Amino acid sequence: MIEAYFKNIVPLFHRTQRFLDQRSWAWPWLLALVVVVAVMGSMFVGAYPMPLRRPLDILLDIILPFSWVDSPAWDLREITVVTLIRPPRIMVAVFAGITLGMSGTALQGMYRNPLVGPDLIGVSSGAAFGGALAYKLALPTLGIVTLASIGGVGAMLCTLFLARIVGGKSDGLPLILAGFFVGAFFMACVGLILHIGGGYAGPNLVYWLLGTFRGADPTKAWTIILTTTAGGILLMALRWRLNLLSLGDLDAKSLGLDVGTLRWILILVVSIMVAVQVAVSGVVGWVGLIIPHCARMLVGPDHRRLMPVSALLGCLLVLGLDNLTRTVIWSEIPVGVLSGFLGTPFICFLFWKCRSRGWS
Amino acid sequence: MIELTKNQSSPVTSLLAFVKKRLATARDFFRRHEWAMPLLLAISLAGTVVGSLLIGAYPMSFWRAGEITVNLGLPWALPSESSWSLMELAVIQMIRLPRVLLATLVGMALGMSGAALQGMMRNPLVGPDLVGVSSGAALGGVFAIMFYWSESATVALAFLGGLLALGGTYGLAHLARSFEGIGLILSGIFVGAFCISGVCFGLFLADDHQMSRIGHLVMGYLNEATPQTVWLLTVPTLVGGSILMLLRWRINLLSLGNADALSLGINVRLLRLTIIAVVSLIVAAQVSVSGLIGWVGLVVPHCARMLVGPDHRKLLPASALLGGMFVLLIDDFTRVVLRTDVGTGTLTTLIGTPFICFLFWKKKTKGWIND
Amino acid sequence: MKTGDFSFSGLGHSYLPDKWIFRNYQSQVSRGQILALLGPNGCGKTTLLKILLGALAQTEGSVSVNGHVAFVPQLFQVAFDYSALDMVLMGRAKKVGLFSQPTSADEEMALKALERVGLASLANRPFHEMSGGQRQLVIFARALVAEADILILDEPTSALDLKNQNAILEWIDRLARRENLTVIFSTHHPHHAYAVADQALLMLGGSDYAAGQVDEVLIESNLFRLYNLPLKKVSFEFEEQAIETLVPVFRPKEDHRMA
Repeated sequence: MIEAYFKNIVPLFHRTQRFLDQRSWAWPWLLALVVVVAVMGSMFVGAYPMPLRRPLDILLDIILPFSWVDSPAWDLREITVVTLIRPPRIMVAVFAGITLGMSGTALQGMYRNPLVGPDLIGVSSGAAFGGALAYKLALPTLGIVTLASIGGVGAMLCTLFLARIVGGKSDGLPLILAGFFVGAFFMACVGLILHIGGGYAGPNLVYWLLGTFRGADPTKAWTIILTTTAGGILLMALRWRLNLLSLGDLDAKSLGLDVGTLRWILILVVSIMVAVQVAVSGVVGWVGLIIPHCARMLVGPDHRRLMPVSALLGCLLVLGLDNLTRTVIWSEIPVGVLSGFLGTPFICFLFWKCRSRGWS
Repeated sequence: MIELTKNQSSPVTSLLAFVKKRLATARDFFRRHEWAMPLLLAISLAGTVVGSLLIGAYPMSFWRAGEITVNLGLPWALPSESSWSLMELAVIQMIRLPRVLLATLVGMALGMSGAALQGMMRNPLVGPDLVGVSSGAALGGVFAIMFYWSESATVALAFLGGLLALGGTYGLAHLARSFEGIGLILSGIFVGAFCISGVCFGLFLADDHQMSRIGHLVMGYLNEATPQTVWLLTVPTLVGGSILMLLRWRINLLSLGNADALSLGINVRLLRLTIIAVVSLIVAAQVSVSGLIGWVGLVVPHCARMLVGPDHRKLLPASALLGGMFVLLIDDFTRVVLRTDVGTGTLTTLIGTPFICFLFWKKKTKGWIND
Repeated sequence: MKTGDFSFSGLGHSYLPDKWIFRNYQSQVSRGQILALLGPNGCGKTTLLKILLGALAQTEGSVSVNGHVAFVPQLFQVAFDYSALDMVLMGRAKKVGLFSQPTSADEEMALKALERVGLASLANRPFHEMSGGQRQLVIFARALVAEADILILDEPTSALDLKNQNAILEWIDRLARRENLTVIFSTHHPHHAYAVADQALLMLGGSDYAAGQVDEVLIESNLFRLYNLPLKKVSFEFEEQAIETLVPVFRPKEDHRMA
């Protein structure tokens, strides 16, 4: 019986895949649809106990010009949860996912190295340092974002500088090692800040560092929505140029590309995007590294399709993880921890499968 | 004109020339007397240990501390009437001594295991941190803390964790068929990251008491040194250390590469496994008593190599001595100058990463990427 | 100067002060001609190509390149598995605005270029799964879509078997004669230069060089100075065609063989 089941399912699966492969834009649209559904679905799940229909009723009642339910059964708390708590959190998760997916793709394309990601190149650690400093100084959200951005860009510059003076033109292992060293240094700085805070006085800080979407508010949501949209549009516009950049400096130059300028633009955009993500939701590791790989499996290496698909996949993954922490797993485990647990075995698997071809 | 400036040496240039000449003489001396450098290191370590006992946050005159230390060091019983108070004696004997010994042992353990790993894996970039042993041991320790198990169980679990992590790194590199260079480092990074995720998970589940213990584990604290913890570290370090010391010439052979080592007729597999087990044991014991002290195992062997050259017969003892001195000095710095209990691991990372960056720059990846 | 011409004079480059890799080089090539660069390993062939390409600034002298330049690198490895069509499409980089994507017209041009090199059926084949000769052809196609006037190739025939070497030389010839492109290529094989090139530049080290028409430059005395090896100019008849070529004569010493 199982065999019969597979006999039916497998060809269907292959047919679907072929259908999607033949139409180059089928995957992005399909994923976009899934994302919309996922976002809507996320409104209905959460830690606060309420009937499944309730959020829909509340939202419709607010949105529609007439009253949807004659005698509302909900109380003020439920309205607060549905209108003030869940939407910003979902938005932050969505845009954090987009940021991570896109920046990972851009970095990997730019450095012709499928192993770089915002965490391995030090951006996340630098941003965490800036953010932690701002937390310690009790700055408002805007101050946190600013300091985190400065930290992120600074760390990225350190990594690049180190890799440049060491490896010359090669963007392989020197870059990863430099990123590892710089990341470790900034994480130690974060440790120092935690200490100066008087031992464990900052559980919120620790919690934030581990990566969480708890405590998302409209300010945070708007901050990340605006930066991600601006940066995302820029990356989308430049996505075909990433194909060219991934050929290597000499070749890209001979094709008429201003390699230096383009690379600086990309570095700046990616650093700021990731830094803002870290500022509002902490370090969510490994998403930026594994999502481009998954997207490449779906639509191939052409960045014109890879970029949107990475964005959507990243968004789905992060939103899914956040929903998981909000509902299934008790007491809100940080998303960063979960993504680390998922990401590292996956990257190990990839590493094994690829037999390190093209990894250096 | 040029000749003139060369001959008319300014005081600075003549001083520089003098220093250069002295350095050259010293280098010559150490080259001729092979064992002078290790001996010098041993003497300076002993000196540092004694000196560290004399300084600290407790207000006590230097001479008083010296008096107590000398009396403690003498084989006969302490004099019945003494110039020091019981409190001062307790500070030296019960507080400073264990801490100083612990710092020294931690440094020795890390320096030695780093040198052994680098030799065995033929890669100057591996260290207990980069191949995942430390993180694995930390994960094991967190496990024990989460279940409120005893100290010895912590060491056992940390050992298990370290062994598993190193095995995982090794196995993954084998699976990816790029064992020699980048593959090993990458697998180490991945495995380590996974273990750290586990530690974070524990941190998140922990109650306040457990949280502070896990925090200490992650940031590397030496301030909870007791005679028990010193013993807990002494035994594995001595046992493991002596095994490594016995094998140290074999590590030279291993560092030639698999084929060469096999052709010289040594059992590469067994030797590797032994070293892996020993290193895991040492690092696990270190992590379970003092937490993650990062980058010492990576940086110290490089410094030692600068002093005594690449021969593991001299490198291993030199790494151990230098590591002990390094961690002890950093701990003294926190105790005496900072006077606060910032994590020692944090400090070693803050010092170690720029240093390794500097090395990385100087060597220009020569020999760092050997595949 | 017409489009597609290029010339350099007094050209010199040194990475370290006063250590000249080459110096006082002078040459002029006009549209539709083929220039071959010859020289031993490490004589600065790639450096010269980079300068002509504009990727490296010369230390002294002047280069005037008139027209678009396309480059075919030596060992071509791509980090990602782009398809052949994707690779060819990248040749349109200069014509596509910075923030825009290539249109379907660009894709059609790319496909046509692939057809012209006879690889239309392999358009969707991953680039890294192709043979060395096919890869070279894909890069030729990329130069065609780039609407380049000058094509620079870095050792296009190395690491290929004889059949593919011949195919690449045929293509170099075709690009110059039929597409009217100016071609510069470096090679280790003087007989390749002899077969297709109009001009040759022999890099003998420092300011020592020989440049000019192939007939004048690729002569036995020059080549012996270059390779320390006798090369013989041979002519014979094959299928009723007069053929003239250069044959290197390898002479392993006999006493070596005895030992």
